[in-house]
Amino acid sequence: MDDVPGRLAHVNYLIDNEPSLPGAAPGTIGRLERLCSALSRALPAMGVGVSLLAADNYGGGTLAASDSASRVIEELQFTLGEGPCIDAYASRSPILEPDLAGRGTRRWPGYGPAAQEHGVEAVFAFPLQVGAARAGALDVYRDAPGALTPDGLAQAFTFAEVAMGLLVDDQHGIAGTQSKVNLDDVLAYRLEVYQAQGMLMVDLGVGIDEAVARLRAYAYARRRALSDVANDIVNGRMTLDRDTP
Amino acid sequence: MIATSRLAEVFVEVADTLVDDFDVIEFLELVTRHTAEVSQAASAGLLLADPNGQLQYMASSAESVRLLELFQLQYQQGPCLDCFRTGAPVVNTDLTEADERWPVFAPRAVAAGFQSVHAFPLRHRRRVIGALNLFSTDTGRFEPTDVRIIQSLADIATIGLLQERTVRSAEILTEQLQGALNSRITIEQAKGVLSRTHHIDVDAAFELMRAYSRRNHHRLSDVAREVVTDPGQHPELMSAP
Repeated sequence: MDDVPGRLAHVNYLIDNEPSLPGAAPGTIGRLERLCSALSRALPAMGVGVSLLAADNYGGGTLAASDSASRVIEELQFTLGEGPCIDAYASRSPILEPDLAGRGTRRWPGYGPAAQEHGVEAVFAFPLQVGAARAGALDVYRDAPGALTPDGLAQAFTFAEVAMGLLVDDQHGIAGTQSKVNLDDVLAYRLEVYQAQGMLMVDLGVGIDEAVARLRAYAYARRRALSDVANDIVNGRMTLDRDTP
Repeated sequence: MIATSRLAEVFVEVADTLVDDFDVIEFLELVTRHTAEVSQAASAGLLLADPNGQLQYMASSAESVRLLELFQLQYQQGPCLDCFRTGAPVVNTDLTEADERWPVFAPRAVAAGFQSVHAFPLRHRRRVIGALNLFSTDTGRFEPTDVRIIQSLADIATIGLLQERTVRSAEILTEQLQGALNSRITIEQAKGVLSRTHHIDVDAAFELMRAYSRRNHHRLSDVAREVVTDPGQHPELMSAP
């Protein structure tokens, strides 16, 4: 049986204990860099990168990576205009390519050979999203062809979830409050969490990304479970207003 | 117990859905509705496993069943959980005698008016990717032939998820499942938006969105996403009725 708080808390623990590179960025980006390193170490993988993407296809770029080599590989997709993280973001589903030399090159005739020149033989891209809220993608690189194990996949999805939380909080001015605490709990209530996100969009007059962040921030500030707050919102017992911190 | 006269029509309808404008959530809802109808059960529900092996609610034929599916997940007990863990169908279980097996779930299901329950695994090769639940208000019993037919409907659900007739790879399945899970989340967000916009409850919001999608030949998942990110695309849906 999956234990959600344990799973996410474990990832945050790994990130907390991951050493920073010299000259590491402060704040959220620094934490994302450590997230990439920690995932790379846990799988293991050759490298991991996180990129920001937007629906209008402008301004996409690498945000963080486990090391400088991975940052270069991550940037290839933006230079060439094609690649797994672009596809993952667009399709709203992961893109898992264990065979970059074969099928991967058929899919991405520019990116495939270019990434291979950097030693990549398999790539796995995970969209950073919560329903309609999207921020970008997380990419895992390997230097040998082959699939991730089921455990490895589960790890990667969990790291992607944490990364999305970091990005959402950071983009809406609530950075630093939640990087170490995860409040999502009992999965059966999770549908209400998403419903509450939609409701907050209307109540606050904001977009979905901000609604996601505001709900998290509210629960965190009051030390309440996310699902409890969501339950209250869905059942009309409370809402947030523009002034609620 | 199987309405065999409807079976042929059901398979044709399901096959059509696989071809035209495929929307995974609508497809799964169609499967649950048809399964309930063909098996003459009162209702059906469908859960899929996420990459962490945790079952998530995806679709049901009736509101009462949605709540029971969520209840199984909340308490981690029930026919779907058993079926998922063992990979074997759970058939002909009398809920009034299931207190020992499911001490929290069974009484709740009985209170909701159901008397018997069955669950069928959604399988992909050796992997169980979810479960299909049937609830009956009587103690209707499935014969072995019935069990095979319902299992076929469950298998069709899996094929639909794969979007291909020949099973290809574990990667495709994971991609599709994760996409389906995210679509479900988007639909819930859209329900929240519409609920607040029209001052209706979330289930009425869902019906509104579904009816609008059908009327205008849009895919449900597309409408849900646009309600959340670009509501100007659907003024009819967003404005007061």
